[in-house]
Amino acid sequence: MKEVAGYPDALTDKQFHYCPGCTHGIIHRIVAEVIDELDIREETIGVAPVGCSVLAYEYFNVDMHEASHGRAPAVATGIKRVHPDKFVFTYQGDGDLASIGTAEIVHAANRGELISTIFVNNAIYGMTGGQMAPTSLEGQKTTTSPFGRDVREAGHPIRMSEMLTQLDGAVYITRVSVHDPQHIKQAKKAIKKAFKIQLEGKGFALVEVLSTCPTNWGMKPSDSIEWLKNNMMETYPLGDLKTPEGVE
Amino acid sequence: MGEKVLMKGNEAIAEAAIRAGCRYFFGYPITPQSELPAYLARKFPEVGGTFLQAESEVAASNMIYGAAGAGARVLTSSSSPGISLKAEGISYIAGAELPAVIINIMRGGPGLGSIQPSQADYFQATKGMAHGDFSLTVLAPSTVQEAVDLTMEAFEIADRYRNPVLLVGDGIIGQMMEPVEFKEAIDPDELPKKEWATDGAKGREPNVINSLALEPEDLEDHNMKLKAKYDKMKEEEVRYEELYTDDADIIIVAYGTTARISSRAIEMARKEGYKVGMIRPITLFPFPTDIINETADRVDDFLAVEMSTGQMVEDVRLAVNGKKPVHFYGRTGGVVPSPEEIVNKIKEIGGEK
Repeated sequence: MKEVAGYPDALTDKQFHYCPGCTHGIIHRIVAEVIDELDIREETIGVAPVGCSVLAYEYFNVDMHEASHGRAPAVATGIKRVHPDKFVFTYQGDGDLASIGTAEIVHAANRGELISTIFVNNAIYGMTGGQMAPTSLEGQKTTTSPFGRDVREAGHPIRMSEMLTQLDGAVYITRVSVHDPQHIKQAKKAIKKAFKIQLEGKGFALVEVLSTCPTNWGMKPSDSIEWLKNNMMETYPLGDLKTPEGVE
Repeated sequence: MGEKVLMKGNEAIAEAAIRAGCRYFFGYPITPQSELPAYLARKFPEVGGTFLQAESEVAASNMIYGAAGAGARVLTSSSSPGISLKAEGISYIAGAELPAVIINIMRGGPGLGSIQPSQADYFQATKGMAHGDFSLTVLAPSTVQEAVDLTMEAFEIADRYRNPVLLVGDGIIGQMMEPVEFKEAIDPDELPKKEWATDGAKGREPNVINSLALEPEDLEDHNMKLKAKYDKMKEEEVRYEELYTDDADIIIVAYGTTARISSRAIEMARKEGYKVGMIRPITLFPFPTDIINETADRVDDFLAVEMSTGQMVEDVRLAVNGKKPVHFYGRTGGVVPSPEEIVNKIKEIGGEK
């Protein structure tokens, strides 16, 4: 009998610590499924960030390296240069990648570093308690923008993925969401494509995944899905921003 | 041992790293250590090494964090302001118990300071590199030959303790040319496999490189484990050189460049009848505390000579532990003390002869 669903080998059996309604669990799951489908679990080294997914090294059943805040692409560069025949990915949030780690992601992408990045954007700092992120929307209330993000003081929401498309070393940049089954399927397809690009030696690939944070957005999980669809997608439209030819 | 070649300190250190089996370098340009990365950028292709100029010192230190975790012998080099930026990665490397070698060709500080020789990073090197309960093994060569030998040994010490090793020089050690001899080169492929490294969990449980421990009791256990390593270093890794300590009334304590200058001052002072000797720390951590303490029982005075406003002198005082007076002579900001200045200080301490 053909197995149509099962628990991924690339996940440990440790229970996720994520809040109800947070999409990190879904994203972990589809990353793990892709690792299994590409049969690279024993060839993979993952780099965990600082942020809500700091404990990713306990969830992925692969060799893992816990980086300092924002430096996952630099750590991944060190690993990949030592093991060019292995598969190396980073898993980073928006505070990590779009704020403190801007230099590291830009230069890893610009070098065409053969790593793949999962960039989870929920427009807020989750783990530290709901502070404004560089990706927070205009007017978004957070603990450090209690009256709403004022773009004259705090700048505009930063579109990292669009910025990265300008770099020749970055070959695949796409934005997906995981708020419903159809989008989860699309997100998984994008992650698989990004991983294949590394395995085929084509260059740097990044998948930005829009995510919810009901806890720090201060809303019910079901409302957070609506907020993501109605607000985030306007600032961060879904779709391929840059894609190479000849990769499925 | 091969034949003697005349080499600049920075280039000799780079060559020594290659001979030690190091094949990975991540760094960022800064004066006065630039010949070191330039040498590796030129030579690494011949031996299949990877040279990468990072976007910043912060990134470079995190690249060595990744490469060290992946099991490689890895090197970075910088100078004072750059080491401050590398401190982040160094704390993680120490916390995650990884071997790596870091070179600091010190220059004057604080801030942008100067590009001239200095020893003002002693506190940073031995006590305050970055956040958390950790220490580096700190090696301080005073000749280019010693820089070569200690660089090769640094990789062994780093692997032995799974701890970062810092080698400190200054612009003089880095820029000076001296004849050097290299030991036989190590083939990196013949080094023992690091079973803890991240190289893909093939047929084994995943390896995790990490410095996070959310339970305070777990982190305390981890910190005590680290402390046990540092205590073992204090037992087994202390290195120093003695000069005229048999008959000396005054003992100079100096390392690196100031030790060279002090040895000249000692010869001059001895001709004028001052019985001066020297204890030269080769390891700044672990510090040669015991020999200084024992020597304090038979001499009258100690004199710490440094290119700083007085940093190592604190460790000398702790070692002497009140047994005898500890004096200090220092020049700072990139100014190098002359032997005559040190002789004058010796006369001030020893009185008229």
